Amino acid sequence: MITKFAFLIPLLPLFGFVMIVFFLRWKERLSAVFSIMTILAAWVMSVIVLIETLARHGEAYEAFYKFVDLPRFILEIGILIDPLTAVMLIVVTTVGACVEIYSVGYMHNDPRFSRFFAYLSLFLFSMLGLVVANNFFMIFIFWELVGLTSYLLIGFWFEKKSAADACKKAFITTRMGDLGFLVGLFMIAFYFGTFNYGGVFAKVGEGVIPAGIITAASIFVFCGAVGKSAQWPLHVWLPDAMEGPTPVSALIHAATMVAAGVYLVARSMSLFVGSAEASLVVAIIGLITSFMAASIGLVQNDIKRVLAYSTVSQLGYMIMALGLYGYDTAQHGHSPGFYAGTFHLYTHAFFKGLLFLGAGSVIHAVHTNDIQEMGGLVRKMKTTAITFMIASLSIAGIFPLAGFWSKDEIVAAASHHPIFLVGTLGIAFMTAFYMWRLCFLTFWGEPRDQHRYDHAHESPKNMTYPLVFLAVMSVIAGWVGLPWLHQGFASFVYHGEAYHPHANYLLMGISLIVGLSGIYLAYLMYYKKSISAEAMAERFRPIYKLLYNKYYFDEIYHAVLIRPVLAVADFMWTFDARVVDGLVNGTGWLTIKWSDIKLWFDTWIVDGAVNGSGWLVRQGANILRFLQTGSMQFYALFILVVLIVFGVFKLEATAVLVGWPFVSIIFVLGVTLLWLFTRSAFVRGRNGGQTKSEE
Amino acid sequence: MLAYLVLALVLFSIGLFGVLTRRNTIGILMSLELMFNAVNINFVVFNKFVATSALVGQMFAIFIVVVAAAEAVAGLAIVLLLYRNWQGIDTDNDSVMKW
Repeated sequence: MITKFAFLIPLLPLFGFVMIVFFLRWKERLSAVFSIMTILAAWVMSVIVLIETLARHGEAYEAFYKFVDLPRFILEIGILIDPLTAVMLIVVTTVGACVEIYSVGYMHNDPRFSRFFAYLSLFLFSMLGLVVANNFFMIFIFWELVGLTSYLLIGFWFEKKSAADACKKAFITTRMGDLGFLVGLFMIAFYFGTFNYGGVFAKVGEGVIPAGIITAASIFVFCGAVGKSAQWPLHVWLPDAMEGPTPVSALIHAATMVAAGVYLVARSMSLFVGSAEASLVVAIIGLITSFMAASIGLVQNDIKRVLAYSTVSQLGYMIMALGLYGYDTAQHGHSPGFYAGTFHLYTHAFFKGLLFLGAGSVIHAVHTNDIQEMGGLVRKMKTTAITFMIASLSIAGIFPLAGFWSKDEIVAAASHHPIFLVGTLGIAFMTAFYMWRLCFLTFWGEPRDQHRYDHAHESPKNMTYPLVFLAVMSVIAGWVGLPWLHQGFASFVYHGEAYHPHANYLLMGISLIVGLSGIYLAYLMYYKKSISAEAMAERFRPIYKLLYNKYYFDEIYHAVLIRPVLAVADFMWTFDARVVDGLVNGTGWLTIKWSDIKLWFDTWIVDGAVNGSGWLVRQGANILRFLQTGSMQFYALFILVVLIVFGVFKLEATAVLVGWPFVSIIFVLGVTLLWLFTRSAFVRGRNGGQTKSEE
Repeated sequence: MLAYLVLALVLFSIGLFGVLTRRNTIGILMSLELMFNAVNINFVVFNKFVATSALVGQMFAIFIVVVAAAEAVAGLAIVLLLYRNWQGIDTDNDSVMKW
């Protein structure tokens, strides 16, 4: 049973990463081949795991190792393979493999070719680890790893200032969400005592946790999803993330990493089911995001940015569907939301990955992102154009492509809530419109920039093959979820009880008509030009400007968040520079001055005292040394005088008797004698040598 | 009694003067002997006039004579060594005895 070895699926790309970083760095081709080999091996394993999971009828397989095992708290590292995981594994490894193969062509001649593949491998490791994790603690670790690799890859061309800014923006913005996620994790650890999915969800089911706690924990966990899946109000990083190389956009910012937020919500659905309020918040945020992003996408001119907003919009779709499921289920209703959200996640990965890779192919050919400078490219690059249009049909929800089936389920999930239904259909219309606006402007019509058109060429085979493969997937991937199937996607990936979809032809028809009308409008405006796009823009100028400037979110954030933060930082800097540094430097200055004083004191007073006492002793000795004549007679005389003096003093009676003057005379006489003798001895001593030499 | 004491004083002073002024070491030694003998006279005299009952002074005198003889031996030995080292016995060779 290969499932037992499913932990190898994430480890394979990690192995690739390590090998490239340590051994293959200088061998570009080899590192690319090695990286692709590991992801292909992971893909094969994922397929086997999927087959085995199907054979188990979706029964979950869990294996873990407890590395913190306390009575009230358990931390484990392990894998959980259930249908959701199996599907995600397929999505990640398939798109990952396609992107890696595609990158060989796209990134050729890049000075950091090997590093690119190393990063991709590291990303795939993180993403696959996130998918197979069996507890919240592990998913958080991989969650952050994914964020890190995203940062590295957005800033892959860090020489470009915009790329460097974008990667910082992405990292910091998602960190906001992750902070919430972390708080959610703390709440889970505190109130549930375990991180294990099963353990947490069992406690929700038991009803021992207060409802408010469940609501708060779910919303905090959802914060992580908001950041990672670029939901309003943290969506601003994803469009900027398009500064990264296009394969990165395809892999990370379209198909897999941004889906991690959706995956997290789907994974912790039992938590959300426990709280209708939290689920409603999820659904509303999804709807707002989706609507807002789709409307912005209508007017953007950067091919990748349109796709980025499309991604945000589609992710909002999924989040909304999941939220609606949680809301309905919390109120004991039935909803296809869970199935719709995960199914859309699965189909979206293929066609959105394809769209990005196609956009990359176009950019590779014309060296610009601006669709206003393209046009007519279908004649130059057939494969790219056709696959791109297939994906566009798919995302627009055209029968019978993959997007149709999943989008249809989302419409079905929203069908019980009028506001959501209207919103969903409106978004579907806008999606179809902006995608086909993109197609018409890029591939049809007359070339608007002749020079670029002349130099355009079809991309090499290793870039077009992944396109074709993904195009095929974009068509057929949805067929596993046909509503007529008895054992389709819905009966495999489900939460709680299996949902059995039934074909609702009315909804299908409506969503198909909406999609087609969107395409038709785009056709009229950008192909036939019977409705002038410029006139429309002129007529709805305020709205156009609002959309073109992305609702001014960046500007608002700049004014409301960044500027105050910068102002505070500026103030802090000034405070630091003036007050703190002033204090530090002032202390230093004072110390120097103080030590100057001490130096002076030391030199003149202390040393003066020391040297002075030495000097005094020296001077005294200089005087006293004359007593040290060396003449024995002098010494004898000295003894005699001292004896006499002491004798005189001793004989106090005598002194009293004869009176002080007499004693004084004797004393003076003695001293005079001593002086005379000293002199004579000294003089004689000096002459002594001469006398001797005369002899 | 005063005559004896004056004799002793004169003798002592002569000895003292000799010690202080002689440059010849032998002379100094001889002067020292004079001083000893002055002291001896004093002892004997004071014994005679102050403490007549006992012969303490005489005893001391004898002792001093004996000790002086030994001291003379030691002194002469030093003089001999001085002569060997300095080839002379003058106390003028004093420069080596100070710093």
